[in-house]
Amino acid sequence: MSTFRQIIAVALFNLRSIPERLGSALTAAIGIAGVVGVLVGVLAIAEGFRASLVNSASPEVAIVLREGAENEMASGLARDVTRMIADAPGIARNASGALASAELFVIINLPKRSTNTDANVPLRGIQQTAYDVRGNIKIEQGRPFEPGKNEVIVGAGAVRSFAGLDLGSEVKMGQVTWKVVGVFSAAGGVAESEIWADADVLAPAYNRSDGFQSVAVRLESKDKFQEFEDALTADPRLTVKTQLQADFYAEQSKMMTTFITTIGFFIASLMAVGALFGALNTMYSAVAGRTREISTLRALGFGRGPVVVSILVESVVLSLAGGAIGALAAYLLFDGYRASTMNFSSFSQVTFAFSVTPMLLLMAIMFATLIGLVGGILPAIRAARLPIASGLRES
Amino acid sequence: MKFLHLVWAGLKRKKLRTVLTFLSVMVAFMLFAFLGSIKAAFTGGVELAGQDRLMLRHKISFIMTLPQSYYARIKGMEGVKAVCHNTWFGGVYQDKPENMIFTCPVVPEDLFEMFPEFIIKPEEKQAFQNTRIGAIVGRKSAARFGWKIGDRIPLKSAIWGQPSGMEQWEFEIVGIYDGAKKATDTTGFYFRYDYFEEARQRDKGMVGWYSIKISDPDRAAEIAAKIDDEFANSPYETKTEAEAAFVQGFANQIGDIGAITMAVVGAVFFTILIVAGNTMGQSVRERTEELGVLKAIGFTNSRVLILVLLESCLLAILGGFAGLGLAWLIVETMEPPQMLPTVYMPKPTLVAGALFALALGVVAGIIPAWQAMRLQIAEALRRGG
Repeated sequence: MSTFRQIIAVALFNLRSIPERLGSALTAAIGIAGVVGVLVGVLAIAEGFRASLVNSASPEVAIVLREGAENEMASGLARDVTRMIADAPGIARNASGALASAELFVIINLPKRSTNTDANVPLRGIQQTAYDVRGNIKIEQGRPFEPGKNEVIVGAGAVRSFAGLDLGSEVKMGQVTWKVVGVFSAAGGVAESEIWADADVLAPAYNRSDGFQSVAVRLESKDKFQEFEDALTADPRLTVKTQLQADFYAEQSKMMTTFITTIGFFIASLMAVGALFGALNTMYSAVAGRTREISTLRALGFGRGPVVVSILVESVVLSLAGGAIGALAAYLLFDGYRASTMNFSSFSQVTFAFSVTPMLLLMAIMFATLIGLVGGILPAIRAARLPIASGLRES
Repeated sequence: MKFLHLVWAGLKRKKLRTVLTFLSVMVAFMLFAFLGSIKAAFTGGVELAGQDRLMLRHKISFIMTLPQSYYARIKGMEGVKAVCHNTWFGGVYQDKPENMIFTCPVVPEDLFEMFPEFIIKPEEKQAFQNTRIGAIVGRKSAARFGWKIGDRIPLKSAIWGQPSGMEQWEFEIVGIYDGAKKATDTTGFYFRYDYFEEARQRDKGMVGWYSIKISDPDRAAEIAAKIDDEFANSPYETKTEAEAAFVQGFANQIGDIGAITMAVVGAVFFTILIVAGNTMGQSVRERTEELGVLKAIGFTNSRVLILVLLESCLLAILGGFAGLGLAWLIVETMEPPQMLPTVYMPKPTLVAGALFALALGVVAGIIPAWQAMRLQIAEALRRGG
C-alpha cells in the first residue's frame, strides 16, 4: 500500500471512531470555538470602525486644513483663505460653481442611548455645495435644511445612537434652538455620525464668525490631486495641509484600530494557549485510548508517517469544526451589531457596525488550523513511537 | 487534611494531563486578570475621583471655553472650598502627533490645593510658584521623554498656535510629581496660567473647565445645581457634576467597556470550564476501580465525594492563583500601551479571580464527584477488571 493510501485509510479509521470519544472531542472543538469566536468578535469591532471611517471615503474628495492641524477641531481657515482654496485648479465644477465646501466642526453633548450619559456628538456646519462634494449623501427622511434657518439634518447613525435627534424634534444648544428637519445616510460613512447645519448660521452661535475650519473639495478626478495640492503649496498666501479624504480618515482610524487589534490578538493568543492545552489533553488521551489499535496497525505494516499524519488530520478536523462553530457564532452574534465609540483623533463619537468580513473568517480558519496542528503534533509523535510489542499487550 | 496526600496522589496519577489542565486554567485566569486591569484602566478613574470634587464645563460641550471671571463667582459660593481652572492646551513634543501630552495651564496654588494626590517636593512646588515659564510634569511622562528638572522643553499647540513675541512655547521643568496611589495618572504636564494668558494670541480671559472642591460631599448634587443656576441664561451656561460622574461619562463615550469585558470573560470561562470539567470527568472515570477499592476499605460516600471535589478544587485553585499571580507580575512590571496611561491590577479583580477559581473547581468537579459517590462497590471493582 502506498504511503498516501495508508494515510487515508488510517485517517478515516480515526475519524470514524470520533463518535466513541464524543465528549473529549467536543471539548477540544468547543475550546477552539471559544477562541475563534472571541478573536473574530473583537476584530470585527476594529474592522467595523475602520470601515466606517475609510471605506465610504470617495477617492475624489480632498480635505484642506491649516498646516500643522491633526484634526478639524485644531484647524482654522479665514474666510478669504477658503475662497482662495476654492479657486485652485483641479476642483470639479457644476452650474453653481466650484465643488468646494468650507466647513465648521464642533461638538455638542447629547446623551448616548446605550448608557444615558453625555457623549461628544460632532456637529458640522456646511455650505450647500457639501452634498455634491461628498456625492454619497442621501436624504432618507424629511428634507434638507433651508439655508439661513436654524435647522439641522442628522446622520442615520447619530439618530440611532443619541437621544433627542428624531425627525421633528428640537435640539437646544446654548441660546439657540435647532429643529431636526431631515435624516440622511452617507453610504455607511463617518458623516452618518454627524449633525449638519448651515455653516453661516452655526458660526455666530459658536463665536466663529471669523472663519472656517476645513474645506472639502471634489476633484475633477483623483489624478488631479497632485496638481491641486501643488497649487495650494505654491501659493505664498496659504499655509495649509491637503489630504485625500481617504488618507485623512485612515490616519484618524489608525490609533483606535491598532489598539483594538492588538488587544484582540493578545486575548485570542492567550486563549489559544489555553485551548491548546485542552486540545493536547484530548489528543493525548485519544492516543492513549487507542494504543492497542495503533500498535496493531503498525504490526500490520502501516508506517510511522501515516500514523503521525492521521493523528494530525484528526486534530485539525476537530479544530476546524470548532473554528467553524466559533466563526459562525461570531458572525451571527456580531455582524452588523451597531455601536458607537470615541474617535480620539477628533474627540467625537463615531457610530459604526461590527463587521465580520470574509478576511476575518479566513483568518479564523487559519488560526484554528494552526491550533489543531500544534495540538496534534506531540501526541502524533508519541503515537508513532509506541513500542509495538508492549502496545499490543495494553488492555 | 490527612487525606491531602491522597488528593495529591490523584493529581500525580497522570502528570501530563494534570499539567496541561493546570496550564489551561492558569492561562484563563491570567486573561481574567488582564481584562480586569484593562477595564480598570478605562474606568478606574471613577474610583479615584475625589468624592469632594465637582467638575464644571460649558453646557454645550467640553471643548467650548468659559470666562475666567467665573473663578471668583464660584469661589464665593456657599459650600465651595476651592476652585481650580484648567484649559486644554494640546501640547505636542518634537512635532510628532504621537507625542501629544495632556498639557494644562493652571494656577499653581489652586492645582496643589485641588489635587492632593499629586505628590511633589516642597522646594519644587516653590520653584513652580517662582518661575514664570516653569512647568511640572508627571513621573510617567518625565520618564517617557527623558526629562529632568532644569530641562527646557519646547511644545507646539495646534489650538493656540504661536505665543506672542516668541518662536514657540517654551517651558522649564521645575518639578516632577508622583501619584499618591499607584493608579494616579502621572502623565500630565502643568504650566502657569499667567504665562499662558500673557502669551496666547486669542481667546484671552477664557479657560476650559473648572474643578471645584466642596466642603460636604453629601451635598454635591445640591451645590452643583446651585452653581448651574447661577450661570443659567448667560452666554456661557455651565454643566456641573460630581467628578466621578464625569469620569464615568467619559469612559462611557468609549463604549460599554464593562459589557465587552464581561462578554469576553464569559466566553473564556465557559471554554475553560468545559475543558477542565471534561478532564476531571475523564480522570474519575479512569479511576472507577480505585475508587471502588477506597469504598471497599471503608471510605464513606461523602468522603469519596469530598476527595474528588478537593482534587478538582486544588487543581483549579493552583492554576487560578498561578494565573492571577503571573498576570499581576506582568502588569506591575510591563510598560503599558500608550493609550492606557495607568494600567494597574485592581484588588477586587484578584479577589474575584480567587473566588472564581474556587467556583471553577467546584463546578468542574461536582458531576464526577457525584458519580464517584454513587458508585456501587461491587460493580466498580468488576468494571476495572
